[in-house]
Amino acid sequence: MKNDDTIPITVEFSGGLEMLFSNDRKHSLSMPAKDEDGTLSNIAYLVRYLCDSVMKDPRKDLFVLDGTVRPGILVLINEADWELEGEDKYEIKNGDNILFVSTLHGG
Amino acid sequence: MAPPPVLILESLRQQIASCESQLQDLRRQLAEAEHQQRAAQQHAHDRLRTSAPAPFGDPLTHDMRYGIHDDFRSEVFAALSQGEEEQAGEEEQRPPGRRWPLDAVEYRRYGRQLIMPEVGLQGQLRLKNAAVLIIGMGGLGCPAAAYLAGAGVGTIGLVDGDVVEESNLHRQILHSTARVGMTKVESAMVALNSLNPNVKLVSHTTRLSPETALSTMQPYDLVLDCTDNPASRYLISDTCVLLGKTLVSASALRTDGQLMVLNNPPMPPGSTSGGPCYRCVFPKPPPPESVVSCGDGGILGPVVGIMGVLQALEAIKVLTRNSNPSIPETPPDPPSLLIFSAYSSPMFRSIRLRTRKAKCAACSAQASVTPEALNSGSLDYVQFCGVINPVDALSPNERISVNNYAKIRLDVNPFTGTEPSKDSHILVDVREKVEFDLCNVEGSVNVPFSTVTSTRSSGPNGTSNGQQGNEEQSWVSELKSYPDKPIFVLCRRGNDSQITVKKMRELGLDLGGQRWIGDIKGGLNAWRDSVDPEFPEY
Repeated sequence: MKNDDTIPITVEFSGGLEMLFSNDRKHSLSMPAKDEDGTLSNIAYLVRYLCDSVMKDPRKDLFVLDGTVRPGILVLINEADWELEGEDKYEIKNGDNILFVSTLHGG
Repeated sequence: MAPPPVLILESLRQQIASCESQLQDLRRQLAEAEHQQRAAQQHAHDRLRTSAPAPFGDPLTHDMRYGIHDDFRSEVFAALSQGEEEQAGEEEQRPPGRRWPLDAVEYRRYGRQLIMPEVGLQGQLRLKNAAVLIIGMGGLGCPAAAYLAGAGVGTIGLVDGDVVEESNLHRQILHSTARVGMTKVESAMVALNSLNPNVKLVSHTTRLSPETALSTMQPYDLVLDCTDNPASRYLISDTCVLLGKTLVSASALRTDGQLMVLNNPPMPPGSTSGGPCYRCVFPKPPPPESVVSCGDGGILGPVVGIMGVLQALEAIKVLTRNSNPSIPETPPDPPSLLIFSAYSSPMFRSIRLRTRKAKCAACSAQASVTPEALNSGSLDYVQFCGVINPVDALSPNERISVNNYAKIRLDVNPFTGTEPSKDSHILVDVREKVEFDLCNVEGSVNVPFSTVTSTRSSGPNGTSNGQQGNEEQSWVSELKSYPDKPIFVLCRRGNDSQITVKKMRELGLDLGGQRWIGDIKGGLNAWRDSVDPEFPEY
């Protein structure tokens, strides 16, 4: 029953966030299907998981602030703003594409 | 029981807002219907004047779209056209006796876009009668202004408080080498005027401020945000919401760009049918330390150019939408964010955005951003977005001026009395490698700041992450292998170097205080100003 334990997903970073993740824009991950409490993994857990297990850069505050994604980062679930999908409560499904975009300000 | 008065007030406000927007829409529809009628009659009139009488055909197959049959037209038209010309059209302000809605030069100049159904005569007249404000005449504003002037937008306002610098020219295509030092607005006006002298240009040569935003933006139909910082982005969006104007917002950095059309349709605050504003998408500003400018992060000219061109395109789409009577009317596109990434495949992707946020501080029924608050200056956008002060992380005895450092290289060391030598110390340059390779001080070694910051100090637990790359550790062990040499840290401006000095201490490179580690104040900028004027400035 190994397949039940992890979910394959694609996580992408854009707008400079990739620099915090080994300069890789696209990560294919197998993340735990359930969080620490045994409930189905949602975006909030994915963010913790990315911080603890994927991000090597110690500057966590450039990604997470006060337990959630810092202001100025859009979270997009399968090409849609996470606000349309239930924000960090969205339960992650097999094959989901989660994109983190940092806003740019240059012009 | 009657509802509480607050709810009644709220409900009335919402009803008024909704009626107002309906009224606005009806007025627009009326103006367009009137216009179409005039245009159809004018078309018939023109045909009458220019073409020979059509050969008599079957009256039943005659196309009635342009009016009645030729045989009856002249007398009917004489009666109709009299009253018609007295009604000055909103879009078509044709001087009396003028034969065509556009000048001959306009037909020629805009011919290639006029023949497209998306534009056509009505679309061109809309562009001609439109006033667009472009805020920021940099990498986004230049191409955006060029295309809008080229397309024949009647009035273009330009806002910028800066002057042209040489480092702008690789991307800010309206400026020129000869105009370095001129204000960006004046320089852009020179270029735009030579591109299309028919466009009326309005100059605003100061930076937009909360106190001036409403009056500056009020006369325009549409606004382009081509600025380069979060504070102005919030200010512009808030003002657009208050004035009921659609906003085309773009940004770019390095190889990436982002584009949004906001407040589209531009309904009053509280109306849920309006498009989201910048605050709906980004309710809180990013921490100032996460904001990178083009000067620090770099920017590829065509990347920001593409985004500016897309802004012009979206502006044309908004201005000419539903101008063609033969194409069914469509609502504005649903809100989306277009992400451009020059080195990704595909380069473009479009993301569906949220609608208006129910508790948005700017565009919801409970908005706290009001014209009064804006005009009074009580909304401090710079404060809201935060400022980064220059780093002041070290005590004076951990720092050295460029002049004293130069003495160490050339004279006797003021601290130790030893003879000058480049080998007496280690000079660490913490700029990124690509910058270090551009130019560096002789004898310096490069430890990129990104490597410094991504090196974990062994914390109280003493845990060093197993995944930590060997490369990051190697610079530490390398520096540890020369324990007797003081370390001087250098960067571009003198900020990163201070943070590096602190980090080096945390990593134990000061050998418990036995080795001096310090930063060179003001970095390479100060080095160029005071010591080596030939050191390149980039």
